Amino acid sequence: MKILVALKQVPDTETKIKVAADGRSLDPADVKWITSPYDEYALEEAIRIKEGRGAEVVALSVGGDSAKDVLKNALALGADTAVLLKGDGQGDAFAVAQMIAAYAKDKGFDLILCGNKGLGGDNAALGPMLAELLGVAQANVIVKLELGDGTFKAEREIESGSEIVEGALPAVITAQKGLNEPRYASLKGIMAAKKKTIEELDAAPAVAGSLISALALPPERPAGRKLEGDSATQAMALIQALKDEAKVF
Amino acid sequence: MILVFCELKDGQIRKPSAEALSEGRRLADVVGKPLGALFAGASCAGSAEAAKYGADVILTAESPTLTSYSSDAYATVLADAVKAKGVTVLLAAATAIGKDVAPRAAARLGAGYASDVTALSMVDGKLQAIRPVYAGKAFATTSFASSVQVATTRPNVFPAVEKAGAGATEALTAPAGDFKSVVKEILAKASGKVDLSEANVIVSGGRGMKDGANFKILEDLADAIGGVVGASRAAVDAGWGLPHSMQVGQTGKVVSPTLYIACGISGAIQHIAGMSGSKFIVAINKDPEAPIFKLANYGIVGDLFEVVPELTKAAKALGIGSN
Repeated sequence: MKILVALKQVPDTETKIKVAADGRSLDPADVKWITSPYDEYALEEAIRIKEGRGAEVVALSVGGDSAKDVLKNALALGADTAVLLKGDGQGDAFAVAQMIAAYAKDKGFDLILCGNKGLGGDNAALGPMLAELLGVAQANVIVKLELGDGTFKAEREIESGSEIVEGALPAVITAQKGLNEPRYASLKGIMAAKKKTIEELDAAPAVAGSLISALALPPERPAGRKLEGDSATQAMALIQALKDEAKVF
Repeated sequence: MILVFCELKDGQIRKPSAEALSEGRRLADVVGKPLGALFAGASCAGSAEAAKYGADVILTAESPTLTSYSSDAYATVLADAVKAKGVTVLLAAATAIGKDVAPRAAARLGAGYASDVTALSMVDGKLQAIRPVYAGKAFATTSFASSVQVATTRPNVFPAVEKAGAGATEALTAPAGDFKSVVKEILAKASGKVDLSEANVIVSGGRGMKDGANFKILEDLADAIGGVVGASRAAVDAGWGLPHSMQVGQTGKVVSPTLYIACGISGAIQHIAGMSGSKFIVAINKDPEAPIFKLANYGIVGDLFEVVPELTKAAKALGIGSN
């Protein structure tokens, strides 16, 4: 079995967002970059499959030199090889999907795993787009995955609970928190990863479907007020204010 | 044509779909184009309701092959309808199905896609979207390079507006079968309540709740005011047995209810990212310096274990939720 794990480098969740001078991108100063947390579940799942039934795990990221950190980490955790597609990995999801599809087609991957969304961009589009471009099955927002002989069975989170999706491999599966508990890299893994090289390829040309023309911070919220008195007084004042002022009820 | 993919539940149009349809009507009026509503399933009974939200044409792909949801089958229905009807703008609600099928259909159409948008407009005849990024810490204005533009609308943001449309019906050919993946079973959660992403009122608990069992007082308040209970990452990760599906924040659900009551939540940046789109925010915290108060329309500095039951009592006394 051959597994591709697509990993995205994203700003840490604690990042305070500042808009760059161009007015449409993130100011990269003071940003700490991490592997998108949902991609970590995807990678962990791939490594568990490798440990369970045997598989070759290829870690891939689209980006510049800094994205190598994500790939080094993936190698330390247990990916067999790593590929950096040199291109804009932060831009339009459709363009990134085309780059990854161009790499992955004809390479015989049985399974492609990635996060259900890239933290920050929050498009939740790469998985389905990649599945479509490769002409394979998809299952999104997955909290449980079982593989059969050329088939998969996955539990997917939906509004009312969850549902079971079954399909044929190859497939694109996008991971959700709850799928597994990602491990930390061992010292041995980190040392072994240092000996491995990251394959660097130019990303295939891609056509963007959309572009960000402006990035803005949300408007300031109006100043609120604190309700005084004992608990019962505060509570009654709040419910009344929500009813009469805010007209929530 | 502007086309809106709509979902039915128990023979009625789901609220997020009605919202998307209403926004579709508004955009169609701006550019002077007809509005289509698209339904798929074993039965599309109830689709006529789309006329109430302004649909000029109601397209139905009705077939036993569509009894269960299939990503690739539904993508085929959407993409084929777009091609057959010369659709320029395709909308769906950002629901579990909408977010699954819309990007796949967009890729087939070679179209740009904007997910979970909170505002739409037509600029020079093309769709332009505003969507939250970094879980709402910023908003991106998204323009499209493609001739077809696809977007999913965030539930609870666009109003569902009744406006009569012609509602002419037309049956479409459904895909024959042999799909790549199919839903085999739906495992409903016990409560049967609406999902956080669609809830109008959310009562949320954080580290200050001290234990999972204490969420009972939030359940009681939520029941009294017609709300749903959520939690911060700190609470979900504390090992109190709270499921991740309850988590509000950057690595959980991003919500936009009318009312969000934060109980014992300090207001970490990653939590604020997930709920700052709420219309009204109430903070209950014993620490007057908690950052959550900066966002709150109403703040109560106090012990949540005293305040929350009093709120439930006050809500019942004023007859909230009993109408």
